[in-house]
Amino acid sequence: MDAAVEILAAIPYDQIVIQTVNGIVTGMILALVASGLTLIFGIMDVVNFAHGELFMLGAYIGVVMLAATGSFWLALFCATLVVALLGAALQIVTLRPLLGRDPLTTILATFGISLVLQNYALWQFGPVARKIQEPFTGRFQLFYLEYPWYRLAIAGLSALIIGAFWLFLKYGTWGIWIRATTQDRVMAQAMGIPVPWVHTAVFAIGAGMAACSGVLFGPLVGVNHAMGLDWVLKAFIVVVVGGMGNLGGSIAAAIFISLLESYASIWVSPAQAVIVSFVVLILTLLIRPTGLFVPTSK
Amino acid sequence: MKKRSRKTYWIGFGIIVALLAMAPLVLPEFWRRFLTEILIWGLLAMSSDLLIGYTGMISFGHSAFFGLGLYGAAAALLTVNPPNLWLTIGCGLIGAAGVALFVAYFSTRLRDIYFAITTLIFSQIFYVIIFTWTDVTGGENGLTFRRPALSIPWIYSAPFTNETLHWFVLAVVTASYLILRRITQSPFGMVLQSIRENEGRTRAIGYPVERYKVVAVMLSGVFAGLAGVLYAIQNRFAAPDFVYFLVSGETVIFNVMGGIGTLVGPIVGAGFFLLLREAFSRFFTEYYLIPVGIIFIAMVIFMPQGLVGFARSWLNR
Repeated sequence: MDAAVEILAAIPYDQIVIQTVNGIVTGMILALVASGLTLIFGIMDVVNFAHGELFMLGAYIGVVMLAATGSFWLALFCATLVVALLGAALQIVTLRPLLGRDPLTTILATFGISLVLQNYALWQFGPVARKIQEPFTGRFQLFYLEYPWYRLAIAGLSALIIGAFWLFLKYGTWGIWIRATTQDRVMAQAMGIPVPWVHTAVFAIGAGMAACSGVLFGPLVGVNHAMGLDWVLKAFIVVVVGGMGNLGGSIAAAIFISLLESYASIWVSPAQAVIVSFVVLILTLLIRPTGLFVPTSK
Repeated sequence: MKKRSRKTYWIGFGIIVALLAMAPLVLPEFWRRFLTEILIWGLLAMSSDLLIGYTGMISFGHSAFFGLGLYGAAAALLTVNPPNLWLTIGCGLIGAAGVALFVAYFSTRLRDIYFAITTLIFSQIFYVIIFTWTDVTGGENGLTFRRPALSIPWIYSAPFTNETLHWFVLAVVTASYLILRRITQSPFGMVLQSIRENEGRTRAIGYPVERYKVVAVMLSGVFAGLAGVLYAIQNRFAAPDFVYFLVSGETVIFNVMGGIGTLVGPIVGAGFFLLLREAFSRFFTEYYLIPVGIIFIAMVIFMPQGLVGFARSWLNR
C-alpha cells in the first residue's frame, strides 16, 4: 500500500501535462510533414528522401522572406509557394523520367536530391543556425513554465491545414483526381485525368506542406542545414507505423510517436528519447507490418 | 567459347590485381592512401551489392555493419595489449555479425521500400546508441587507437608499413571478392537471384525465402564489417560519423554508379565517387556533394546499369 502511494507520489504530474502539450504540438507538425510524405508514396510509389530537405529549405526561405518583408505570415505563404514550385520542378526533371521503373530507383533519385539540396543550403546559408522570430510572443502559465501561445497556435494551424487538405481531397476537382489516381493509375488515365500532372501536383503539394511546417517549426528551434535529416527519419517512422499511403493513420501515428517521445524525455535525454520511436517502429513491424493504424481487412 | 572467356577473365583479374599490388611502389603517398581507401570502401560497397544487385533488396543500413566492425575492432585494439591483428578482425566480425543477425531477423520480414526504410532506421538506432553512450564509445569524439602489427601467429610479426598495409588490404579485398563471386555463382547465390527475379515463385517452388534472405543479409553484414575493420587498421580512429546513415547512402551511390549486380562495379563506383570528390573538392571545397549529387541523379535516370554495366553493353555492341 505504502509502495503504491510512493509510486503515485513519484509520478511528476506537472511534467506529464507539459510533455503532453509538447507532444501534441510536435505531433501536429510531424503530421503535417508526414501527410505529404505518405501522400507522395501512396500516389506515386515514391519514397521521398528529399522531404526533410524541402522542410529545411522552407524554413530557410522563411528566414529570408521574414528578413525581407518583416511579416511572418507573408514569409510562411511565400516559403510554401516557392518550395511547392520547386517541388513541381524537381518532380518534372527527376521523377517523371523514372515513372514506370522500379520504385526503388526513385529512392535513389530523391536521395541524390536531398544531398544536393542539403549541401546547397550549407553553401548558401552557412553552418550557423538562423532564428525565425515568432509572430506573437504571448505566454501563459503552465505550472512552473511560461508556455508560449505560439506553440499552441502552430498545433491549431497544422490541424487547420491538414483539415483543409482533407476537404480538398474530398471535394476539389484535383482532389478527386488525386484519389482516383491513387486507386487505379491506368483507369484514371483512361478516364482522361492528366495523371502525370496529378503526380506533379501531388509532389508540389507535399513539398509545400513540408515547407510550411518548416517555417512554423522554425521559431521553436534554430534553422540549420541538417534539420531535415531528423525530420525525414521521424516522418518515415510515422509513415510506416501509420501505414504507407494512409493519411489518417499517419496523423494518428505522428501524435502517438511524438507523445511517447515527449514522455520518454522526462526521464532520459532527448537524444535517447528518439530510441523510443525506433522501438515503436520495430514492434509495429513485428506485430502489424502493414501499419498500426490501418483498419483490419475482413 | 565459354572456356576462352573464362580464361580472359582470369588473365584480366590477374593483371588488375598485379597492377593494384604494384601501385604503392610507384604512386606517391597521397595516392597510395587514396587507393587503399578505394579498396576499403569498395569492399563495403561490394558487400552491399550482394543484397542490392543479387537479392534485390536495397539496404540503407550498411553503415551499421561497417560501424560495428569498426567499433568491434576498436574494442579489441584498446583492450588487448599489445594489439593483435587477428583478434581485431575476429572482434570486428563478431560485432558486425551480431548486428547483422539482429537487423536481418527484423528487416527481412519486409520487402522493397519497407526493407530500405527499416535498415535505415536500424542503422540510426546504432548511431544514436554509439553517439550517446560516451563512456564506452567516446561519444562524438570517437576513439583513437594504435595499429596492430602485421602478424602470422607464431611465424612472423612486423609493424605495418605503408606498402604492407596496402598489400594486406588488397589481399583481404581480393579474397573477399573471390568468396563473394563464388557465393553468387553457387546454388545459394542462384536462389538469391531467383528471389530478386520473382519472390513469390521462388517461395512456391519450396525455398524458404526468409531464411535465405537472413543469410544473405548476414553475409553482407559480415563483409561490411570486414571493411570496417580494415578502415580501423588503416585510419586508427573510430567515430560515430561512420555509423551515420550518410555512409549507407554513399554505399548505395557506389553501387549505382559502378553498376549493381557485378561485384566489380561497386569497387569501380567507389573509385569513381572518390575521384569525383577529390576533383570537385578543389573547386567546391566541402560542397562537392552538389555536383556529385547531380551527376548521381543523372546516372540514376540515364545510366541505370552503372559504369561497368554500361561498359559491358558498349563492348558487346
